[in-house]
Amino acid sequence: MSKTTRVLIFLAVSMILIGAVAVFASTEGSEVIPAAAASNVAWWVWPLSLLVVTFVLGIVAVLGGVGGGVLFVPIIGGFYPFNLDFVRGAGLLVALAGALAAGPGLLKRNLASLRLALPVALIASAAAIVGALIGLALPQNVIQTLLGATILFIVLIMALAKKSDFPNVPKPDALSQSLAITGIYTEQSLGKDIEWQVHKTPQALFMFIIIGVMAGMFGLGAGWANVPVLNLMMGAPLKVSVATSKFLLSITDTSAAWIYLNEGAVLPMIVAPSIVGIMLGSMVGVKILARTKPKAIKWMVIGLLLFAGTRALLKGLGIWK
Amino acid sequence: MSNDKVKASEEQIAYANILNIGMWFGLAVLTFTFIIYVSGIFQSFVPIEDLPKYWGMKAKDYIHILNAPTGWGWAAMIGKGDYMNFVGIAMLAGLTILCYLVILPILIRKKDTPYIIIAILEVAVLALAASGILKVGGH
Repeated sequence: MSKTTRVLIFLAVSMILIGAVAVFASTEGSEVIPAAAASNVAWWVWPLSLLVVTFVLGIVAVLGGVGGGVLFVPIIGGFYPFNLDFVRGAGLLVALAGALAAGPGLLKRNLASLRLALPVALIASAAAIVGALIGLALPQNVIQTLLGATILFIVLIMALAKKSDFPNVPKPDALSQSLAITGIYTEQSLGKDIEWQVHKTPQALFMFIIIGVMAGMFGLGAGWANVPVLNLMMGAPLKVSVATSKFLLSITDTSAAWIYLNEGAVLPMIVAPSIVGIMLGSMVGVKILARTKPKAIKWMVIGLLLFAGTRALLKGLGIWK
Repeated sequence: MSNDKVKASEEQIAYANILNIGMWFGLAVLTFTFIIYVSGIFQSFVPIEDLPKYWGMKAKDYIHILNAPTGWGWAAMIGKGDYMNFVGIAMLAGLTILCYLVILPILIRKKDTPYIIIAILEVAVLALAASGILKVGGH
């Protein structure tokens, strides 16, 4: 095991311990009345702890190739005293900030494709509004249980889903042809230009309705679902899929974030340190990336999500409060 | 020739440029207002030390008990330390709409009809979400 991997495992364990301390320091349960919700912990401990935990999450997210939101919501929702409404609102803004930060570079290098993203974003962002409205209307225990089940499903996808660097697209479908969804980018590892086109666009657009609803409902971001649909279903090259997915989040999460904002489900005390922490962590993560073994990190992320998803599920079912 | 083909399109570059400037500006505003908020220079709508009493509640209960603003009601309260942060948050959340408005004239000039329609529809969807018209049904 390399030194970097050991450091990362240490960081992940520290993060869980901080979270565990947080949950025990606070009162139990989330449907609380004001007086019972007060804890003995000084207020400033929470944003400070959020800053540290999201910094680590930012590193792990980059190394694990996932968005910050998918780690943020189950971990912060499971181990902090904040209501899941505020955690999901913050999760969307965390994912949004990460996508906004990554977007310009990905677009300029032509890895993220505006022509691929725009039609998909229209469907996903409209669906995300519906998801946000549903998510905020559902009772706490239901949304917590569904979140747990969704996270465990994501674990399954991450563990089993295959990826294809350059999928074979024999013939583009009529819709993608009429929208001219095609592109070319320079694959530096091969030193050549890769031309790509897509197929099964109508089916993929249908999938993005589901993805958008889930993104809005759980505040997760949706890179975990975007990439398989863009890559495996539509047949976009893996790099284009990952980059377009990241950029796509900046549009999908925007619509859902506005719903949370308008419904009062955004607390600056949670949002600001989380955004700063995860962005700083992402910057450090990018630097560490070159020296790590992706497989070890991938399994570490899966382990983290498995733990956080189980916690969310059991919390929702009232088994582990 | 091949070199030109791998370059990002004009609208893609325009989108990226606005995104880059807006993101850093919004983030700077958010960080700055958060520092002001926690420093206590401005009075907050919910005193910081009381916040832990309320952040475990569902958002609708939080709004109801504190009589906190919804929709764009926060805009009238940006003199309060906590609601001041919403300026940066709204900038980040509104940036995508601005990006679409910037690329729209380019798409019109290129007579790219399908994408003109998509861009207009997207602006409408995001504006609807931002408007505060859509409300969560009670239960």
